[in-house]
Amino acid sequence: MSSAGEKAGEGNPVIRNCAQCLVHVPDLVPYGSKPRREILKDPSTEPRLMEALRSFPQAVAYPPNQTFIGNLTPDQLAGIARPWYGRDDEQDGEALCTGPFGEIVSQDLFYAILKAANVLTPPLVEFASEHRAALKTRLANHPVFSRFADFTFVPEPTIEAEIADGSALALRSGDTLLGGVRRDNRAEGREDENLDAHTLLETLCVKASGAIALKWLLHREALDAAEIDFVISCGEEAAGDRYQRGAGGIAKSIAQMCGCTSASGMDVKNFCAGPASALITAGALVKSGLYKRVAVVAGGSLAKLGMKYQSFLQAGMPVLDDCLGAMAFLVTPDDGTSPILHMEPGTVGTASIGASTSDEAVYRELILEPLKVLGLAMTDVDKFAPELHNPEIMEHSGSGDVVHKNYRLIAAIAVLADQIAKAEMPAFVDKVGMTGFAPTQGHIPSAIPFMGHAMQAMREGAMRRAMFLCKASLFLNRVTELYDGVSFLLEANPQANR
Amino acid sequence: MLSGKKVAVFGERDDVTGLAVRKCVEAAGGEVVYEATSCFV
Repeated sequence: MSSAGEKAGEGNPVIRNCAQCLVHVPDLVPYGSKPRREILKDPSTEPRLMEALRSFPQAVAYPPNQTFIGNLTPDQLAGIARPWYGRDDEQDGEALCTGPFGEIVSQDLFYAILKAANVLTPPLVEFASEHRAALKTRLANHPVFSRFADFTFVPEPTIEAEIADGSALALRSGDTLLGGVRRDNRAEGREDENLDAHTLLETLCVKASGAIALKWLLHREALDAAEIDFVISCGEEAAGDRYQRGAGGIAKSIAQMCGCTSASGMDVKNFCAGPASALITAGALVKSGLYKRVAVVAGGSLAKLGMKYQSFLQAGMPVLDDCLGAMAFLVTPDDGTSPILHMEPGTVGTASIGASTSDEAVYRELILEPLKVLGLAMTDVDKFAPELHNPEIMEHSGSGDVVHKNYRLIAAIAVLADQIAKAEMPAFVDKVGMTGFAPTQGHIPSAIPFMGHAMQAMREGAMRRAMFLCKASLFLNRVTELYDGVSFLLEANPQANR
Repeated sequence: MLSGKKVAVFGERDDVTGLAVRKCVEAAGGEVVYEATSCFV
């Protein structure tokens, strides 16, 4: 088969492997931005919130979560009647916490990985004496994360007293206090609000969940961590102290934790479009010949846990935004089998500043112009992956089906470009669209969770091209009114089926 | 249609943006006195 890549230029990089994981952390939901603010205003909120949290088996069985880790396809999810929560099979143990792309990690295991993510003395994360052995053993026995269990404990933990006086945050499992997270109590950290317990928990969460995804990526690829050349992190945290808040360093912290001793790295920031921007950067680094194995990693967002909890409580539903998302991807030179990432000049979609004053202009730059460079029409693309937010979360919170709204715009552009007739819009959306399945985790749902499914379908010969479209709300920084857009085209490797 | 009217504009990034609504309001002769585009994701 010929490919658009062959026509426009060879030497494109490939996405060789991926990992897509979730971390179920119900007892961290009160530390999400929205719950935390509401609990401060009205402490009676917390018990009502805690009563509505899901168990681990419920979160594992939840069909959108099964889709995220690859046990269901988006099409299979669409065939499951809603509501997707509260199903009879939630407690039967049939659903698997591992899938083709990764794992849904339980809270206790994650707490142990948080401990492993600590590098400070005195430690930021500490467990009560009676829980230490069990948590460490659990981690040591995990087939993918056992290397993380190489940590020690201080002889006499004081974390319980610090939680009691309000200077540390509790790490609970239901009613049981397992440990806590403290602020940087060293002299240089005490007066810095950027180093308080909550901010450091946020940073530790992105590091620990990012490490989960990167370890799964290495495991799936059966790759020695030392073989990774470069790591790019693309989460939405802002690590750093008062003089350099948000300055980065997460990529190398995750790489170090995972044993990538030969790698360097950097952080790429672009709000929700961070993962797409990082993949494009990784592709460019590989295509240039600078690096051969670049890992892109995205840890999860503590701030966005429980973002829509009020709507769930009002509807008598369980709180569905109770998981951190984490993803990792391996970008390498063309291996003759893996899907290629188009990197020819003009084939990566951008939203130029000049175009960003018009939605139509943005979508033309994101979709039509890159395809035109490759000699393709929108009808040559099998699937478009836009924001992939779980509609069950978004509709209950009053935002509607965000995924479908994006498809409406995509189809409208196809009409404006005379590539389909207006009457064909619904059929076009059915063909190129999918149901959303990602939790409200900012940068995580933005198109890229379709990567595992697209790669699988392309390897099976069931899909040829997928276009990933990501948006970024730059205006949230309050110093621009712009939003950004990033797109790229993934194509089945033309050498694979020869 | 909106001449002499002052208009507060609320847009959404994944639907109709504030900017798009502003253009419509101004084309109809209205004065936008407040504009915000929200991101609900």
